[in-house]
Amino acid sequence: MSAVLPISESANVEELASATPPGPRRLRHAPWMEAAFEHLTRLFALLVFSLLAAILVSLVLGSRLSLEKYGLGFLASAAWDPVQEDFGALVPIYGTLATSLIAMLIGIPVSFGIALFLTELAPAWLKRPLGTAIELLAAIPSIIYGMWGLFVFTPIFQAHLQPALVDSLGSIPGLGALFEGPPLGIGMLTAGLILSIMVIPFITAVMRDVFELVPPLLKESAYGLGATTWEVVWRVVLPYTKVGVIGGVMLGLGRALGETMAVTFVIGNAHQLAVSLMAPGNSIASALANEFTEAVGDLYFSALIELGLILFLITTIVLALSKLLLMQLARREGART
Amino acid sequence: MAIIRTAIRSARPAEDPAGLPAKLRVRNLNFFYGGYQALQDITLDIPENRVTAFIGPSGCGKSTLLRTFNRMYSLYPDQRAEGEVILDDVNVLAMKRDLPLVRAKIGMVFQKPTPFPMSIYDNIAFGVRLFEKLGKRAMDERVEWALTRAALWDEVRGKLGQSGDSLSGGQQQRLCIARCIAIKPEVLLLDEPCSALDPISTARIEELITELKNDYTVIIVTHNMQQAARVSDYTAYMYLGELIEFGDTDSLFIKPQRKETEDYITGRFG
Repeated sequence: MSAVLPISESANVEELASATPPGPRRLRHAPWMEAAFEHLTRLFALLVFSLLAAILVSLVLGSRLSLEKYGLGFLASAAWDPVQEDFGALVPIYGTLATSLIAMLIGIPVSFGIALFLTELAPAWLKRPLGTAIELLAAIPSIIYGMWGLFVFTPIFQAHLQPALVDSLGSIPGLGALFEGPPLGIGMLTAGLILSIMVIPFITAVMRDVFELVPPLLKESAYGLGATTWEVVWRVVLPYTKVGVIGGVMLGLGRALGETMAVTFVIGNAHQLAVSLMAPGNSIASALANEFTEAVGDLYFSALIELGLILFLITTIVLALSKLLLMQLARREGART
Repeated sequence: MAIIRTAIRSARPAEDPAGLPAKLRVRNLNFFYGGYQALQDITLDIPENRVTAFIGPSGCGKSTLLRTFNRMYSLYPDQRAEGEVILDDVNVLAMKRDLPLVRAKIGMVFQKPTPFPMSIYDNIAFGVRLFEKLGKRAMDERVEWALTRAALWDEVRGKLGQSGDSLSGGQQQRLCIARCIAIKPEVLLLDEPCSALDPISTARIEELITELKNDYTVIIVTHNMQQAARVSDYTAYMYLGELIEFGDTDSLFIKPQRKETEDYITGRFG
């Protein structure tokens, strides 16, 4: 018995070893690699914060001279006189906001229409070419848009569209102030129109992508209740995709606010305050691009840096507002548990 | 195509589907996904205020058939149907406009619950607002009525403002049924309504279906033969796009007329 037992035991072990395949072995992944990977990704994430802080700090330091001299009055002053060294940010701020607003007013509805057509209505043979065309438009460098705007669009705008706008809308009390003055072709309205053409592909591409993520069953449910295409898109698809849609709009707005090259071509680059959108103006990005090379005095340079700081703050505010809007929408939709 | 028989040992008095007033009459229906034919020459009458079940293995065309009844396939350009689907006196397949009006008469509930991204109240009110202008009170009453009929009111009465997503799967599916009922359709199409639900929720929905047939013509597609036997008055067995057998449920399950039906319901295949 005592002699038999070890033999049968060893036979059992052998049998087991041959019956079960070897268990999984961690040859390549040492524990320290896992930890290193975690730390590395955390480092990258922290890099974002440090970059943000570094940019903010260098902007504030660079604009110290101007901040000390003008304080908050910088925002309200329309002066821009490099000779007398008197600077104010009102003109470029107004130009930036006005052109971006025009771009959004035109860009959002048009993009929504294109995205709606692409996802819901377009015949199958048209979907792919049209989608590719939108992506190609988004890939065109902004300087092309600027040159096209100045040499092709501006003369047409000056000869036909602008006089018509002045004649029709210019006489309306209140609103008319936005549409008066000589038809120069260049100006804030032109810049806004060019910007709207530039942001449309961005917003459209994002909207189309998020619209296509809507579950077909959800749309069919709405159609099944007797909803029309418009009702399905407006009441079901849009609420379902609101986060993505607002993200797309913000992407477009970000591009419009910071766009430099195309705007510089057509905005006129004039530091003069005019309510009329027909008048030449300036935007923050254009002012920076045009004037850095010739900014001789320290105060001039500092004022330009402060313009950059203001642009940075404007985009931050826009982002914060979009987050607030999303929270508001979520609250209206009802609490999720 | 309807097979006329008398049921043996049936608790219900056996009725011949052809003898009842038909709500939906399907005539020589062929259906195509592009070049692929998914339905072959289907002809049957669906009786009013009864529950009719469609059973058959996956891909046999029962869901496709359901989607022709409310023209849901028209959303997809490569799908087309030939033949006639007559609702009362109107051939649904020949309609060019007014599809929303047809779809409002034929409510549909899908495999998975699909609450709209809005509050429970608005989920119900959504369809009603498409067709009726109701005051606040009338709308409140309609919402309560629909939720009560769908056996959901007691569970949600205190939280109508909450998102439809906050409900459990079974509750969401009853919400979808309530949403259909709220616009007072005449026909209810249920496309495997319990396939994503637990047994308790399934039992509740089945009770509900039995309730609803007093007022609606209910058509249900199901993978679950026991479910078809439990809830339906009439059952149609489909295979490979063809209607193999159609008759009252008890007879079809106890004494099927066709060999193929018998093989399927006894589990010999499928």
